[in-house]
Amino acid sequence: MIVRLLMFVAALGLVATATAQQPDQARSIALFREAGKVLQSPRCLNCHPVGERPTQTDRMTPHVPFVVRGADGHGPAGLPCNACHHAANYAESGVPGHPKWHLAPASMAWAGKSLGEICQQIKDPARNGGLDMPALLKHMAEDSLVGWAWAPGGKRTPAPGTQAEFGATMRAWAESGAFCPPD
Amino acid sequence: MKLSLRINGAARQVEVDGDTPLLWVLREELGLLGTKFGCGAAFCGACTVLMGDVPVRSCSLPVSEVGDGAVTTIEGIAGREAMAVQRAWIAGDVPQCGYCQSGQIMGAIALLKATKRPTDSDIDQAMSGNLCRCATYVRIREAIHAAARDLEGPR
Repeated sequence: MIVRLLMFVAALGLVATATAQQPDQARSIALFREAGKVLQSPRCLNCHPVGERPTQTDRMTPHVPFVVRGADGHGPAGLPCNACHHAANYAESGVPGHPKWHLAPASMAWAGKSLGEICQQIKDPARNGGLDMPALLKHMAEDSLVGWAWAPGGKRTPAPGTQAEFGATMRAWAESGAFCPPD
Repeated sequence: MKLSLRINGAARQVEVDGDTPLLWVLREELGLLGTKFGCGAAFCGACTVLMGDVPVRSCSLPVSEVGDGAVTTIEGIAGREAMAVQRAWIAGDVPQCGYCQSGQIMGAIALLKATKRPTDSDIDQAMSGNLCRCATYVRIREAIHAAARDLEGPR
């Protein structure tokens, strides 16, 4: 009898634990879905392509001229990104710019991926450039090339919100357990 | 603004709006007309010059960003790669109308400085940003291969 009572109490404890975790998990996923509005904006996806070619514009059309990632994400030998993309957006030619302009590595391909897949990738140091969570949050909140997404110049639609809001959303996601959407 | 630029190995002084594309400084302030205007939006490569060894679309570079970078235009090309490209271009009778060719040649020199024996794929990837309305692409590719072979000869 005592054993059965103990089992019942233990089961209650498990249920309580699961119930306590549930809101945080749901909240965490909701926070990542909110951050996903930035991650899945054309300003981010254009330079996180699947395959070797970046895309461009809000419609994410293939980059013109034809360019490829190259060995280090800075374009092939003889046609580096900085042949055209210089230190800042240039209204005269309409070419966007930033001193660190380059493509994300193939391991960070986001275009066409589900938010759940992007989330799993973003948390994985083997695929995110070796960043642990503090470094990842700092990158999202402070990196100036990430920040270009909110000041893209020309007719490009900026990423939603601000980089500070995005950074705060990502931090809240991490603090709530960094759960990923199932899809 | 007053700027001192290093163009083809010489110091050149200009007084222009800093937002002016380098292309227009070269053509209109310095009279270096070999660098062509094609699209003005870095799509076509006709305005390619070298900054150091990097091919740069001069239509998309504000002159204020040039700083003390060494700019080479088609008028100032020199060195082994440039001479090999020049020989190969003549031997292969590469140009048709010729309008894009200064940009093509600057791109070819930059490629050969970076890749000594480029494959077809290397050439296509590096030269894809240099458009030719006469479609001399096959001759351009062959001339780059020929220049690469030339560069492997006795120095």
